[in-house]
Amino acid sequence: MASITLDKLAHSYYSNPKSDADFALKEIDYKWENGGAYALLGPSGCGKTTLLNIISGLLVPSKGNIRFDGNDVTHLQPEDRNIAQVFQFPVIYDTMTVRQNLAFPLVNRGVPRDEIAKRVAEMIEVLDLSGKADKKARGLTADEKQKISLGRGLVRHDVNAILFDEPLTVIDPHMKWQLRTKLKDLHRQLGHTMIYVTHDQTEALTFADKVVVMFEGEVVQIGTPEELFDEPAHTFVGYFIGSPGMNIIPCKINGNTANIGQASINLGGSYKASEENTELGIRPEFVSLSTDKKGIPVKVDAVENIGRFKIVRANLEGHAINAVLKEDEPVPADPTLKFETGRINIYKNSHLVRAGG
Amino acid sequence: MDKPYNNKAWFLVLPVFVLVALSAIIPIMTVVNYSVQDTFGNNQFFWAGTEWFEDVLRSDRFWDALNRNLLFSFIILCIEIPLGIAIALTMPKKGIWVTVCLVLMALPLLIPWNVVGTIWQIFGRADIGLLGHTLDAMGIKYNYANNIFDAWVTIILMDVWHWTSLVVLLCYAGLVSIPEAYYQAAKIDGASKWSVFRYIQLPKMRGVLIIAFLLRFMDSFMIYTEPFVLTGGGPGNSTTFMSIDLVKQAIGQFDLGPAAAMSLIYQLIVLLVCYVFFTVMSNVGVDKPDARVSE
Amino acid sequence: MLELRNISKKVGNSLHVNDVSMTLENGSVNVLLGPTLAGKTSLMRLMAGLDRPTSGSILMNGQNVVGIPVQKRNVAMVYQQFINYPAMTVYENIASPMRVAGVDAATIDRRVGEAAELMKLTPYLDRTPLNLSGGQQQRTALARALVKDAELVLLDEPLANLDYKLREELRVELPKIFAKTGAIFVYATTEPQEALLLGGKTATLSEGRVTQFDRTIDVYNHPADLLTAQTFSDPPMNILSVEKVGKEFVFGSSRVDVPDAVATLADGRYRIGTRPHHLLLAKPVGMALKLESKVSTTEITGSESFIHLHSSGADMVALVHGVHRYVIGDAVTVYLDQNRLFIFDQNEKLVSAPATFSQD
Repeated sequence: MASITLDKLAHSYYSNPKSDADFALKEIDYKWENGGAYALLGPSGCGKTTLLNIISGLLVPSKGNIRFDGNDVTHLQPEDRNIAQVFQFPVIYDTMTVRQNLAFPLVNRGVPRDEIAKRVAEMIEVLDLSGKADKKARGLTADEKQKISLGRGLVRHDVNAILFDEPLTVIDPHMKWQLRTKLKDLHRQLGHTMIYVTHDQTEALTFADKVVVMFEGEVVQIGTPEELFDEPAHTFVGYFIGSPGMNIIPCKINGNTANIGQASINLGGSYKASEENTELGIRPEFVSLSTDKKGIPVKVDAVENIGRFKIVRANLEGHAINAVLKEDEPVPADPTLKFETGRINIYKNSHLVRAGG
Repeated sequence: MDKPYNNKAWFLVLPVFVLVALSAIIPIMTVVNYSVQDTFGNNQFFWAGTEWFEDVLRSDRFWDALNRNLLFSFIILCIEIPLGIAIALTMPKKGIWVTVCLVLMALPLLIPWNVVGTIWQIFGRADIGLLGHTLDAMGIKYNYANNIFDAWVTIILMDVWHWTSLVVLLCYAGLVSIPEAYYQAAKIDGASKWSVFRYIQLPKMRGVLIIAFLLRFMDSFMIYTEPFVLTGGGPGNSTTFMSIDLVKQAIGQFDLGPAAAMSLIYQLIVLLVCYVFFTVMSNVGVDKPDARVSE
Repeated sequence: MLELRNISKKVGNSLHVNDVSMTLENGSVNVLLGPTLAGKTSLMRLMAGLDRPTSGSILMNGQNVVGIPVQKRNVAMVYQQFINYPAMTVYENIASPMRVAGVDAATIDRRVGEAAELMKLTPYLDRTPLNLSGGQQQRTALARALVKDAELVLLDEPLANLDYKLREELRVELPKIFAKTGAIFVYATTEPQEALLLGGKTATLSEGRVTQFDRTIDVYNHPADLLTAQTFSDPPMNILSVEKVGKEFVFGSSRVDVPDAVATLADGRYRIGTRPHHLLLAKPVGMALKLESKVSTTEITGSESFIHLHSSGADMVALVHGVHRYVIGDAVTVYLDQNRLFIFDQNEKLVSAPATFSQD
């Protein structure tokens, strides 16, 4: 277990980067605490795999350094950093049984035989692979193979951190669920520092204590799942997290009201007046539809019923806006909408501004 | 895969049928014909039944030749397969040197077989051959025409030189298809180079190794041109492999009957060994999985 | 209109497609939903003509098309792994089916332009697929399928290799784009959410059989059997084995009145299913099955929590609103609303489904 410190870390795949755009990973300065579960969340190409490879040692950063528990490991090879990595597809040794697969890293490190037997037995228990311990690993299902990949990392007690590179990619959705829960359980039980890279927000939010949201090589926000949900610091975070994402609508601010076209919305507090590059963000969950005459009239374009709730795609003064209706709620004939005041976020130049400022 | 029915396809295949019939089926049937008959020339044939087959199987000549073939194939496989794997492992996977290496490897395979025989024939001569001359200068007695051991060594070296490249290219293709993540995981597991070879590379090369093994066995077991050109079967009959013996009997001695019988037996042996070998190799270490190839 | 009559496909000893019959209308969106290896791809290959069925017939607009090779049929197919011609530019890739068909250059130009516009690929027409992102490569494959103007468009988990958010966007765009062409649109997926978002009709597949084929929301609300209910549920439906005794369902030490609609059911064993979001932390209005359970894990998604519970030997999952931080082993009481139960009989067939609110 170790804390991981990123000290002005940046990386470019070009040998002579000239501008910011040449950097796949822009400067990041952060410390991850020992034993935490972290997620790196972002779309393809945002730099999360680059960052993961720098942490694991498969890539040496062009700038800055990285420390485990204060020790500079920037130029150390992966095998010397005591990390474990689980890849997108299960990587197992075909010719070995499950037991032998799990024992492999310990055998290579010269751990005494009975110690190996004990730890492997424990791991098999923990991973629910008891029935298959002596079967050839090759014949197992994808999720069982991923568990073995994971087990090979956990079975070593000297592991500083466990890194996951989109590990649920090849898993059936039905099993994805179970494996995800299992990973969370394991984190609780064993307390390793775990870093999980994904583009799936549900995976990130359910797994991590803190999520690092990345976009185009930059860290846009680091926060707990609730923080990211309630107060996204950047419109990208608002859009990326939540399904459907946050509604971001251009508006003009005047004290404590926001104006979208002809509509006027009451804000919770007082904001500096602003006309340019100002947006109002509100999650569809906090947009309610009713026939209340005091609400803002909207036109409904489509309704998507996904069982659990309905997504109403509407049009407010020319801007697309989504609202969420509960299972049994009807879509009103002449709908008007209301925003839950406390849930409105205001963004200037895509960054969050708070009331009073 | 079940392609939809297309009758026109049969017409396209017809020429091939005709060709195969003329060049393979009819000749083989002729051989079968000869193998069960006796002739004194002048197109007079007497039914001999299984007489020739019995003769062949009882003759020392046949068994000696067979043993020579088996020994030869065994030695060849023992050398070429490990050597091929070793060379493939050292070949680069990326960059311009890849093309250079692949071309170098392909060169020996492109030389006509009788030319190979001729090259080595000259190569080994003490008067004008580089090898022969060097050995002579070093005081080592070497004469493939007179010495049985030297003859065998030369034939084996020739075959290794000629055919190892095939094994190399096959193994290289197998190696190159292994995803990088396996090597990364092995690094993280602290595996030694030997472990990486034994647990990752070798298992993943299984498919290509089976092919390499089969090809080399079949080719070496049926070898004819190179030893014929090099030693003609000598000294004595120490390098008279079955194919060479066959030709001597059929054409040299004009003993068509025994030759035909022997060639059929020869063919059956090859088929049998390949079948057994292929079945064993394909099934070794495989737990019968119940998963189909994923959609 | 595409009609499949008793189609089966046997490979070796296993039936990849088992006696499937269905009718697909022009201009309709049809989803094939099921786990991996359920037979979705096998079925699509049969529809396309890439494989022959072992038995049964396939009729396109009334004509038997079994035996007609796929090149002669008017079919477009898009795969999970973005398949494009690597050496050609995006423009050429999209133009390729038209070039094969011998369309004139002016029409090709116009239609490639239109398709690229729809797929937001116009700035990338000169690039080769390798220089594009995953999403752009898949859009190229989709554009190529679009210009074919095919009668039958088959998409085999086309968004599975794309980012979450990209998937969301394309999922909304795709049906609209293909609906305009009037083609029969068939989309295979493993995710129930996708089926619901696409709408149209859904066929749930399991081990080569179609367990139900109906309007998507109807299959969701009225699954024909337990298998269909499970296939169409993510996270999995909570299933409890109960005993009906007189007017009550008994589970362990808990009991609840049987809903009026099924009061006439015979006594005996039944399986009741509840969706995770119908497991409540507070007693609802009306009757409910009260279960004392222990928490095994909690997962928080920002605005909701998944609580994994253990109760009398059954593992369940509850999806509740808000952030609830429970510790492993915490005792929690959950309620299963009597009106939200799916009831399945001994043969796993649906006996009763909760009344749903429907506006259409």
